[in-house]
Amino acid sequence: MNLLWIPLLTLIGTVVPPLTIHFGRSACAFFTALLPAAALALVLSNLPAVFDGQTLVSTIDWVPLLGLSVSVHLDGLALLFAILVLGIGLLIILYARYYLSEQDSMGRFYAYLILFMTAMLGIVVSHNLIQMWVFWELTSLSSFLLISFWHHKTEARKGARMALTVTGMGGLALLAGVLLIGKIVGSYELGDVLASGDLLRNHAAYPIIIALVLLGAFTKSAQFPFHFWLPHAMSAPTPVSAYLHSATMVKAGIFLMARFYPVLAGTELWFLVVSLTGLLTMLLGAYTALLKHDLKGLLAYSTISHLGLITLLLGMGSDLAAVAAVFHIINHAAFKASLFMAAGIIDHESGSRDMRQLNGLWKYMPYTATLAMVAAAAMAGVPLLNGFLSKEMFFAETLHQSSLGSLSWMIPVLATIGAGFSVAYSLRFIHDVFFNGEPVDLPKTPHEPPRYMRVPVEVLVALCLLIGIWPALLVGDLLASASLAVIGGEKLPYYGLYIWHGFNLPLLMSALAMAGGAYVYVNRHKLFQFQAQFPEANASLLFDGFIKGLMKRCATLINWIDNGSLQRYTFFLVILALILMAAPLFNLNATAGLKPQIPVDAVMLSGAALLAFCSLATIIWHRQRLVALLMLSVVGLIVSLAFALFSAPDLALTQLSVEVVTIILLLLALYFLPQNTPKESTPRRVARDLSIAALIGGVIGTLNYALLTRPLDSISDYFLANAKEGGGGTNVVNVILVDFRGFDTLGEITVLGIAALGIYKLISRMRLFKPTGDSSGRPWAEDKHPMMLAVISQGLLPLALLVSAYIFLRGHNLPGGGFIAGLITSIALIQQYIAHGVDWVKDRLKVDYQKVIGSGLLIAVLTGLGAWIWDRPFLTSWHDYLYWPIVGKFEVASAMAFDLGVYLTVVGATLLILANLGQLTTGERARETEHQ
Amino acid sequence: MEAVFAFCVGLMTACGVFLTLRGRTFPVVVGITLLSYAVNLFLFSSGRLTINGAPILGNGSYADPLPQALVLTAIVIGFAMTAFVVILAIRARADLGNDHVDGTNPPAEETASAAADKEKR
Repeated sequence: MNLLWIPLLTLIGTVVPPLTIHFGRSACAFFTALLPAAALALVLSNLPAVFDGQTLVSTIDWVPLLGLSVSVHLDGLALLFAILVLGIGLLIILYARYYLSEQDSMGRFYAYLILFMTAMLGIVVSHNLIQMWVFWELTSLSSFLLISFWHHKTEARKGARMALTVTGMGGLALLAGVLLIGKIVGSYELGDVLASGDLLRNHAAYPIIIALVLLGAFTKSAQFPFHFWLPHAMSAPTPVSAYLHSATMVKAGIFLMARFYPVLAGTELWFLVVSLTGLLTMLLGAYTALLKHDLKGLLAYSTISHLGLITLLLGMGSDLAAVAAVFHIINHAAFKASLFMAAGIIDHESGSRDMRQLNGLWKYMPYTATLAMVAAAAMAGVPLLNGFLSKEMFFAETLHQSSLGSLSWMIPVLATIGAGFSVAYSLRFIHDVFFNGEPVDLPKTPHEPPRYMRVPVEVLVALCLLIGIWPALLVGDLLASASLAVIGGEKLPYYGLYIWHGFNLPLLMSALAMAGGAYVYVNRHKLFQFQAQFPEANASLLFDGFIKGLMKRCATLINWIDNGSLQRYTFFLVILALILMAAPLFNLNATAGLKPQIPVDAVMLSGAALLAFCSLATIIWHRQRLVALLMLSVVGLIVSLAFALFSAPDLALTQLSVEVVTIILLLLALYFLPQNTPKESTPRRVARDLSIAALIGGVIGTLNYALLTRPLDSISDYFLANAKEGGGGTNVVNVILVDFRGFDTLGEITVLGIAALGIYKLISRMRLFKPTGDSSGRPWAEDKHPMMLAVISQGLLPLALLVSAYIFLRGHNLPGGGFIAGLITSIALIQQYIAHGVDWVKDRLKVDYQKVIGSGLLIAVLTGLGAWIWDRPFLTSWHDYLYWPIVGKFEVASAMAFDLGVYLTVVGATLLILANLGQLTTGERARETEHQ
Repeated sequence: MEAVFAFCVGLMTACGVFLTLRGRTFPVVVGITLLSYAVNLFLFSSGRLTINGAPILGNGSYADPLPQALVLTAIVIGFAMTAFVVILAIRARADLGNDHVDGTNPPAEETASAAADKEKR
């Protein structure tokens, strides 16, 4: 069966709880458990194949070009973790049914829990690294929801936020690491990555990859110095703690290290960083755990300590150490989950988690006490229990390593000390809670929990016992296949899963740890007094302070960049453009290329001089806006002349007509805007802007010169060769516009139409500012429409329209076409508006310009769609020749219809803009004075 | 001629950039228009400069028609964008009561001439 169903089943399961909560709490728990159980069954059905040494993979390609696929695999390691995630998850579902009170929203809780389960499962079965990372982030997010489940509590919200921040940041580092790995290996598929160990280890970026990946792993697995989030996450409901902090969330980091162990481990750097971090975390966690009075706090720090132990094992570098690490992952999951659940039962039934209040519970809940004691003994590493076996393996490995050189002897010593503290806090968990006198001021009288609340604990404790007694029988195959996946080799080293290895050093170390732990526990009050001398470091406060400082600095930075001043943004943009353009120019050896240049004559030179003068004049007189505008119009005219000179008649015509429309528009605008610009830039600002403008002008000019003087290798030969044959026209520019690149043109006239409609909306309902005179206070002239202008322009209209029709019709073969014809028509009509006023034109020309734009676009699209009738792609053109009487041979092309669409859109858009703006200047001038 | 052409494009860019960095909407619009002239000329010149070679089939040698086609639509769309910015400026003046690009007049002490605002309010 397809492996993709494994995460998919639980993903679907996420919506089950909210849907079934109406059937009652037990029913909801039952239905919630169904799909994860099915997923577990699916995983287990693949057990034989995986034990056979196969790696099963199912893939669906998503974006193959980017190396993105949805792929799921199952090898030994994934199998082990999938069983842990799903198996313990199912027990948690049962436990939570009795743990949650009537007030808690059980549907929501289960939904979060199953979402988290999906995320966790996704990490372990992902075959694609990017996909794995996505699930990795999903665990951070869903654990945030779970930890903050009691969101009315401040500490729950704080703890959740802290966990999300720390693990989220680690996740980002991991993403960077994964991307680096993918870039080096050339694939994100785990199979390819695992085969590229030597490539990665010998790559220059290896230290960076190690740092990034380990950042992800250490933050997730609460390794020093990122361990502080885990105790704060204890404000979550206990089922959550039991799940997240035994088998899943914190194990994700361990899983990551194990997953990449074959490719990233095996170097000095890895050993040093990983083993030292693990060692430090183990000692720190074990010591702190003993000092905690809170039951869950003790377990939290003990979790940190055990995670450190596993990390240390993964950092030691021997194959046997890796086997021991995998074994301890299983064992820790079993005893820690049961201990958390037991702690939850105690909290639930006695109302307190404080070990100074909790004493002598044996009398009240003997059954639970027995279970908890067995689990705690497993944690301490008492023989006949599972913890003992992996701890022995751990001790044996500490003796056989040399990662610290001549200081390597310290590791077994420190390991024994850590184990001693582990024994001490386990003893405290047993003795302080269940014996040691009578309870002190408990809110409730403790009693045994509901029958089924104990079942999950019983199952796990039974596992602790059974694994402890018959390890090879129960987990031998699982351990072997998972270890093989971690080591990445062909063959496992020899190890014996026996209880009795004879009298040897590890056994002596165990004995020392037991005796030392008991001694420390008996004298714990001295230790408490010793610790009381130090001020208590509250990680929460430190963390909050750090975050606040960070936010403040970010805010300062943002205020500096984003200060609300457009001038500053433009400045940044220009600087960036300058840097990006100037940088490549430094690599250019010679400015001038080899292309022969055109000689200069007097006419060209005087045109250029005029252009230069007028450009500068727009700056010099930019405060007198009308003057600047006139200068601008001269520049525009010379630009159109330049187009005409350099063999671009179509451009010259377009520029000329656009120039007219633009200047009319700006003149109209000037009516609504101040006539002069105030002098407000400081001299420094002006100097700064002038220099940056000069720099960028220089760079652009240089770039242009370099471009112009280099020979051209153009793709246009195709257009020139095919314009007549394929497009049926001799004006190649027009054929490109309406035929070869017709789709671009369609997009462009659409933009034109949208801009016009946007302007229309901006103009309508504008609260107008209307001056009654110019800036010097002189009133506007009263005689609105000079008669000469009116008469002449009226006479010119038919002529202008005729010219525009001519330009339009000849456009396919000679300079012209829809754009130019449209602009000419617009200008002719605008002239009527100017000469006669809006009302006069409105009476005679009853056209809705929005509809003109719409019909223009419609014609263009329909012409394009017409090609479909003949089974051709969109916008394929057709042309033929007709013989008309008198006119003679006449060409008919579908591109003409398309050009008509362009024509109508241009006319509609231009007139919609100008007529509407112009209308504002007339009519109601008298009453509009309040804004001034 | 190439050098003169490039000089003109550079100069127009410089003037356009300077005006774009001003604080009032109208000079910015003028600057953008100048800048769009320069950009159009630059794009056009990527087909190199040719004299007497209009891309109308039948006369022998041709200028590159592709940049011309691109620039033709660029001119029209440039007009639409200029129009949009102009109307936006008018609308901003109408709604905000001033024509500064940031929507508020700068504090008097920060400007070179504190008395400059008298006319607009």
